[in-house]
Amino acid sequence: MKKTKRSFFYRARGDSPFKLLLVNLALVVVCLIILWPVLRVVTISLRPLGTLFSTDLRIIPEGATLKAYYRTLFEIDFFNWLKNSLVIAFITAFMGTSLAATSAYAFSRFRFSLKQPGLVFLLVTQMFPAALMLLPLYIMLVRLQLINTYIGLVIAYTSTALPFCIWILKGYYDTIPPDLEESAMVDGATQLQAFYKIILPLSTPALAITFLFSFMTAWSEYLVARVIIQKSSLHTWTIGLYTLQGQYQTEWGTFAAASLLVSLPVVIIFLFTAKYLVSGLTLGAVKG
Amino acid sequence: MRKSGLAYILLLPAIIVVLFLVIYPFIYGLQISFTNMNMYTVWEPKFIGLLNYQRVLTDKILHAVNYWQLLGRTVVWTGVNVFFHVLIGLCIAILLNRKLKIAPLYRAILILPWAIPDFISCLVWKNEFHMVFGSINIILNRIGLMPIPWLKSYPEAFIAIIITNVWLGFAFMSIVILGGLQSISPEYYEAAQIDGASAWQQFINITLPMLRPVLTPAIVLGSIWTFNKLIVPFIITLGGPAETTHILVTANYSAAFQYYRYGFASAFSMINFLMLLIFALLYMRMTRGAKGVYE
Repeated sequence: MKKTKRSFFYRARGDSPFKLLLVNLALVVVCLIILWPVLRVVTISLRPLGTLFSTDLRIIPEGATLKAYYRTLFEIDFFNWLKNSLVIAFITAFMGTSLAATSAYAFSRFRFSLKQPGLVFLLVTQMFPAALMLLPLYIMLVRLQLINTYIGLVIAYTSTALPFCIWILKGYYDTIPPDLEESAMVDGATQLQAFYKIILPLSTPALAITFLFSFMTAWSEYLVARVIIQKSSLHTWTIGLYTLQGQYQTEWGTFAAASLLVSLPVVIIFLFTAKYLVSGLTLGAVKG
Repeated sequence: MRKSGLAYILLLPAIIVVLFLVIYPFIYGLQISFTNMNMYTVWEPKFIGLLNYQRVLTDKILHAVNYWQLLGRTVVWTGVNVFFHVLIGLCIAILLNRKLKIAPLYRAILILPWAIPDFISCLVWKNEFHMVFGSINIILNRIGLMPIPWLKSYPEAFIAIIITNVWLGFAFMSIVILGGLQSISPEYYEAAQIDGASAWQQFINITLPMLRPVLTPAIVLGSIWTFNKLIVPFIITLGGPAETTHILVTANYSAAFQYYRYGFASAFSMINFLMLLIFALLYMRMTRGAKGVYE
């Protein structure tokens, strides 16, 4: 074996053109596997009603039409579903982030006797199987007559979102050097002032990411929502979409169009924030 | 910097909420698990001791499966999924870890399975597994193979949910592993090459050990998420056919919200939680050396 042999695993400064071709080829195959179901949804959303069920594999189908989009936007309850999801996800994210903003700071900067158990507890909540909390919460909500209300679903979501938000925000606070507050406190500020005037403004991006992430988790949730919301006027888009694709087979196109319309903004937000979220992995659960 | 009084004031709002929304429901769930509560006895459940726990471990959970079958299946489900997530993720990360002109495009596409709401991906895959109109069978048909009854028989249905979940997870794993690869200094490889190490030797002796701090939490978190991932089997097969694709968490959800056996389902979820907790404690013990988790 020659000494100068280039390693396959080496972060190459220069791969041979042939090897680059192979690497790109393999990656293109991977991308096609990822894109395939997405393209299929595009296809189905464009199909005219008569050929919804077809064994054609062309991406732009024959007689492509935007009828399914029209139906999604103007004929079904789409905007009402979006409104319900929006309100619920927004309140959940707001509750989670605002409550976490101060408590995560306490976990990041103070020493107190409940710190270790508290952090372990936060980690443990990320392990709860869905039914563990959902069932008692559901029965509590039944007794409080909060089934079929926004508040009911927000309560259920907040119970999972809050520990997650604290955990993520603590990770971000940890990356801010304590010297910043210390120098402010040398100048006579109290710790609370240092927190509000220095740390909080510095953490705006982190707060935004935490908010966004708990928002999107609540936004795309289905299994909890279907238990707590049964009334059709309160359906979130996930419940609505499920009924669409379950009910009549002719709604397949509408389902595809609605899926794309709902996913597009989420995907765009992810593309711009993914790198912050990935770095949060080692600090806590990212997407559960 | 060390006044713990202020710490508790900062924590107070969160503590109150956690008390009402996490701790109280947990204790309430524990209490339910000792009762015969179901749909009809919600208002006056009777205390029946450990009977539910005994039933979970010895009786049928739904109609056909028992706890131990579900446990075995869940272990297979978790193991196979995480194995493929890491294996495929590692391969892709290695391919991506070089100068490529369109690397940003690849990365953007790799984010898609993670970014698209799981719920939608699962519904879409369910349609792609359709016997006649799903694209997988259409392709099989065109190349002259028999169509596969993906959702109608075992083990095909189980393979179908694994395919879906592998699709959902491998891309995220590759992004995480790529981050780890990029933090490995090229000097190690240069030194190894001077000593004449082969590509495989470099992989085993440099890449893998240096990836450990990234891989260990990724594998453990990945296992916990996959164990708890009930949306995939729930949407694609609903546990069917004949309960052959139920895993612990889907059976648990069904016992609670389709069979309305609240006490039983509570006991079941306590047992599932305990198992995960033991797994996690072992993990924390294992990685105590790795700093940074709680300090």
